[in-house]
Amino acid sequence: MGKIVAVTGNEAVANALRQANPDVCAAYPITPATDIMQRFSGYVADGLVRTELILVESEHSAMSACVGASAAGGRVITATSSQGLALMWEILFIAAGDRLPIVMPLVNRALSAPINIHADHSDGMGARDTGWIQLWSENAQEAYDNTLQAFRVAEHMDIRLPVMVCMDGFIISHCVERLEYLEDDEARRFMGEYAPLHPLLDIEHPVSYGPLILSDLYMEYKRAHDDVMAKVSNVVLDVAADFERITGRKYGLFESYRLDDAEIALVILNSAAGTAKDTVDEFRARGIKAGLLKPRLFRPFPYKGVADALKTAKAVCVMDRADSFGGFGPMHMEIASALMMNDRKPVLINKIYGLGGRDFLPEHAEHVLSELSDIAKGGKVRTFKEYIGVKE
Amino acid sequence: MKPKGWRGLPPGSVVTEPGSAARFKTGSWRTFKPVWIPEHCIQCLFCWMYCPDMAIKVKDGKREAFDYDYCKGCGICARECPGKKGHKAIAMEEEGK
Repeated sequence: MGKIVAVTGNEAVANALRQANPDVCAAYPITPATDIMQRFSGYVADGLVRTELILVESEHSAMSACVGASAAGGRVITATSSQGLALMWEILFIAAGDRLPIVMPLVNRALSAPINIHADHSDGMGARDTGWIQLWSENAQEAYDNTLQAFRVAEHMDIRLPVMVCMDGFIISHCVERLEYLEDDEARRFMGEYAPLHPLLDIEHPVSYGPLILSDLYMEYKRAHDDVMAKVSNVVLDVAADFERITGRKYGLFESYRLDDAEIALVILNSAAGTAKDTVDEFRARGIKAGLLKPRLFRPFPYKGVADALKTAKAVCVMDRADSFGGFGPMHMEIASALMMNDRKPVLINKIYGLGGRDFLPEHAEHVLSELSDIAKGGKVRTFKEYIGVKE
Repeated sequence: MKPKGWRGLPPGSVVTEPGSAARFKTGSWRTFKPVWIPEHCIQCLFCWMYCPDMAIKVKDGKREAFDYDYCKGCGICARECPGKKGHKAIAMEEEGK
């Protein structure tokens, strides 16, 4: 049985990292993720973990040190946000391409310019194509639970890929919530001992990482990477089933909230999903068949499952906390791809909300659900993409 | 040899066979070829020390012929060779002449 605590998202994630007892942590501070690495360095100083802490001079170096340490054969972590993730860009691909199971909490924050420290998803969405697995978290409990599960997914011998665990900056990282911790021995039993694959430090079996692969085999390595991604969903579900047996907390590839017979639906990630669920309840109370889909595994994206979950909907709005300027929001493009698999397709609209920490309020959800309700009754679509909560 | 398909690749392009680079012969990159002139050689082994590709074979403390399978023709050996009485023991000759 777990322990009930009142902690911030950062504290919860740092505790999960402590329980994972990694071999190496490369740390560079950036708001709002600083707190995770600060707390973790405290655990190192207090001897609560046997981790070698490497204080580096940039996030590019942090991820580079992670790549080296992971190839050497250790369980490896770091954490970052926003510009920090952007600076890691080059090495993110190397971590994934070398199939190194690094676990990295990403505290989602807007990207410059203009400079801003608050929550949006432009950092994580920008890393969409790096080959990392991404798990997204609505609240501190999910961030903690996802971090523990991330080690199992990353280190699974059929997978061996890095995992990013995303949660909203400040809204989750810095707000105190009630949550339930696993006891240390329970958490450690769940995560298991790290088993290295082709470690550089095994001098009896010498290996080389990072060879030059040109047009003769590069494409085959990419094909193999995509094939591994196709196996991730099942592993995520198996790990979630194990986790549910211990904690009673159930996780899927995404959360379906009152979707079974829904005629209108919102697709929304992370903390704003919590706000929107209350509004969905209000619409249900008024007899309107509203529902909500909250993605959890964003890479690889569970297209088929999402398409099935939205099959009864007549009108769907994808809420994006990031924009692809000149295009639809990144989540919208995924949902549009998923819905193309269905014979009967709903009307699909896209709203951009909450950039740079702009509050997402119940009235925003209400406004969107009302618009969907009109569309579902045969009303005209006013616009397919729109910013909401913006000063006109 | 049947070309490798994507299913047979080791994860993360890790090379699991040590020393396998020996099978990758780089001698064809050469545009200039070092030629050893034994009568001017004082066996100082500078060429062996400086060669970045281990393309100079040494046996019983004495240098032998170039290993042209790996010599890329960089010319470092010829440059470093002190020779004997003003005559270098390594000369660079253009390939294909």
